[in-house]
Amino acid sequence: MNKDQLYQYILQIADNTLILGQRLAEWCGHGPVLEEDIALSNIALDYLGQCTNLLKYAAEVEGWGRDEDLIAFLRDASEYKNALIVELPNGDYGKTIARQFLFSSWYKLFLEQLAQSSDNYLKGFAEKSLKEVKYHLQHSSDWMLRLGDGTEESHRRVQTSVNELWEYTGELFEITELDTLAASSGIGVDLASIESNWKTQVEALLSEATLSIPDYGYMQKGGKSGKHTEHLGFILSDMQYLQRTYPGVKW
Amino acid sequence: MKTAEEIWKILEEVEDPEIPVLSVVDLGIIREVNIDGEKLEVVITPTYSGCPAMRTIEKDIEEILQENFIANYSIRTVLSPPWTTDWMSENGRMKLYQCGIAPPQGKSTDKGLLMGKTRDLNCPQCGSTDTEMISQFGSTACKSLYKCNQCLEPFDYFKCI
Repeated sequence: MNKDQLYQYILQIADNTLILGQRLAEWCGHGPVLEEDIALSNIALDYLGQCTNLLKYAAEVEGWGRDEDLIAFLRDASEYKNALIVELPNGDYGKTIARQFLFSSWYKLFLEQLAQSSDNYLKGFAEKSLKEVKYHLQHSSDWMLRLGDGTEESHRRVQTSVNELWEYTGELFEITELDTLAASSGIGVDLASIESNWKTQVEALLSEATLSIPDYGYMQKGGKSGKHTEHLGFILSDMQYLQRTYPGVKW
Repeated sequence: MKTAEEIWKILEEVEDPEIPVLSVVDLGIIREVNIDGEKLEVVITPTYSGCPAMRTIEKDIEEILQENFIANYSIRTVLSPPWTTDWMSENGRMKLYQCGIAPPQGKSTDKGLLMGKTRDLNCPQCGSTDTEMISQFGSTACKSLYKCNQCLEPFDYFKCI
């Protein structure tokens, strides 16, 4: 991989954590109970920390003397490479949990393989982040069981959420040219190799939660190549307001 | 230039901003102290990726070094190997318990701990082992929230990772 390809590959990982972290942070002060308010904010913080670690490295690889803040806050929507699933609105608490479950199930498998990377920094990043993501997955799995196998209302709502999110899960396994290159050079993850594990694990938990598994039909994609839903623009206008209005602002 | 041992001693005075009973040395945040002639390098590692205390810790380290008339220093952050509660000193664990936070139990490699199955966790208020987890996530990234069924007080548990 050349420098630019590595830079793009790092962004692809970092943008998932940045946008999902931003989404989860919206729950701060709005959680259904105090404990969950704190849990979701904590998870958001982990994601933002992971994003900082990645973008610092991206800046170094890029070599233009930019820092992580400039890369996070001064790009336009089409330059973001996150999967569409992380930019969708939070919905109710059940939908947020369903997304957390579907995404962290994938992210954990992804990091497990990235921890074997031939790139030392990405390897270290993955080993560190994996510890956190295991906790996140435990948290969302517990809640999937409680909500799915809970009351009629909680079951109905979380089932609807899983159905709605399902068509966005395929993109997590979409293999672009960049992914092929990253995997074959030993730096990145072979997405095809984690797909069946993801299906097995996700289906097992959904069944345990008495939820039905939606059909693997048409899958949305586009995020990785910068084609986003209309929701990303709104997130960015919120997230980048300060940096755009006061260029070079320091805390 | 001071010796590495002296530098470690100085760094013991740097408190963790969120849990001030612990020093950054107790927590295992300081990984290495390297002295090369007149140049000092301090290597640190974050507890959690998003730990908001890291910048403050870095600043506090700079301050204390300057107070000790050390000008030629650098601070480097590393992610690997990832921080683990196994690095927390015995002294640190004792100090945590005394200030009302249950210290991490056992080794981080024990998978049962991740599943929320802890060994008998003593309530740091009354010492009872009749305790239960309320939430995996507590007041800071590194802690989860417990309650004691005996004295009915809530308390923080320093998560084992």
